[in-house]
Amino acid sequence: MSAFLMPSLGADMEAGTLIEQAIAPGQPVSRGDIIAVVETQKGAIEIECYESGTVTEWLVAIGERVPVGTPLARIDTGEAAEPVAAASKPVPPPEPVEMEQALKPLPVSTGARVLASPAARRLAAKEGVDISALPVTPGQPIRHADVAAHLKAAPDPEPHTGLSAMRQAIAAAMSRSKREIPHFYLTHQVEMTALTDFIAEVNAGRAPEDRLLPPVFYLRAIARALQKYPEFNGHFEKGTFSPAGAANIGLAIALRGGGLVAPALFDVSAQERDELMAQMRDLIGRVRAGRFKARELSEATITLTSLGDRGVDGLFGVIYPPQVAIVGIGTPALRPWVVAGEVVSRQIATLTLAADHRVGDGHRGALFLRAIDRFLQEPETL
Amino acid sequence: MTRDDIEQALGEELARIAPDISLGEIDRSEDLRDEFDIDSIDFLNLVTALAKRFGLDMPETDYGEMDSFNHLADYLMAHLS
Repeated sequence: MSAFLMPSLGADMEAGTLIEQAIAPGQPVSRGDIIAVVETQKGAIEIECYESGTVTEWLVAIGERVPVGTPLARIDTGEAAEPVAAASKPVPPPEPVEMEQALKPLPVSTGARVLASPAARRLAAKEGVDISALPVTPGQPIRHADVAAHLKAAPDPEPHTGLSAMRQAIAAAMSRSKREIPHFYLTHQVEMTALTDFIAEVNAGRAPEDRLLPPVFYLRAIARALQKYPEFNGHFEKGTFSPAGAANIGLAIALRGGGLVAPALFDVSAQERDELMAQMRDLIGRVRAGRFKARELSEATITLTSLGDRGVDGLFGVIYPPQVAIVGIGTPALRPWVVAGEVVSRQIATLTLAADHRVGDGHRGALFLRAIDRFLQEPETL
Repeated sequence: MTRDDIEQALGEELARIAPDISLGEIDRSEDLRDEFDIDSIDFLNLVTALAKRFGLDMPETDYGEMDSFNHLADYLMAHLS
């Protein structure tokens, strides 16, 4: 017998609301199955079970908001009883977050199961609205417009914080990062001509659903460079750095109306570029719809933040704890560039690294960025 | 297919990607991606949806002709007739 606990889905989460019990009491569950869906400041997160057995009982009602580490369900694993705290393997104990006192608690919901569109859920989670407290038309899901109307009608009752739930989550994680992590920063200019030309050539014969975008190549180049510079890939916890085996690269994804999340694409080196592109589209689609998997939030080992093609030259990232590095890439633009002694016009992007000085230093960081650059000059090999 | 049909279809596909911005709020002659605040993957999703819906190729080299709501509607009109 063991217990399935409310997981910690990152440095910025202290509690979550159970919104779906995906496995009924008496039903079997296998390791890897989605056992529950939990609403957090980031949206609805599907939680995988890390054990196999039979769900005997749910201990928390749908709609209830409970702290990280609270037992949600009992699972009969066929083994003797274990202390509850030791049962759910992947969940690290929540780190104390000093911001906690300053954070406005999410409204506690009333318990009914609510039908709502993904856009509505996402907006509600972002703004800290209890979706189950909104008026419903029987048989009709709550839509984005309903939540927006509610927000208009009911201004934030605690205007002194003025922060949405999503903004508070970002504030908590980034405050911790700036407090605990001694960041250092490097920048490097990269010529993008080879990459841009290669992508144009590949995409020319392809239907839109099969076309590639530059971030796929950034991800592949970073993953390959990490094989040589593994000190930038992993987690720093309790005074110790644990390098990760695989490059699970978190991709910073902006959400409509503000906020961002950085869920992981798993083992990027092991994915061919077309497969990685499909995974990236799927991930971004799910994130924008406000629904993703717990592992995607907790198991990123480094982050990529790309400004896309409507941004500025460069950015200096803030490391997402317990990771130790974040790679940034600015918007490529035509710039003067010297080739063989001649000034020519070339597509240039600024690559940046923010890294944790407890783990690495500028010398190795510079070699890491140069390795990414080198791989981007050979896009056909990525 | 009339211009109205095309604009309606375009409006539907944009609403899927940018549910928080209505057609009435935007300037149809301004940059489509700025008006709807859509990034390159949103735009690729829009092109994918329109290409499927209308049975078109919509190659990347034509993206320049799709830079505003009006230009995109013009593009679809031209390729559907």
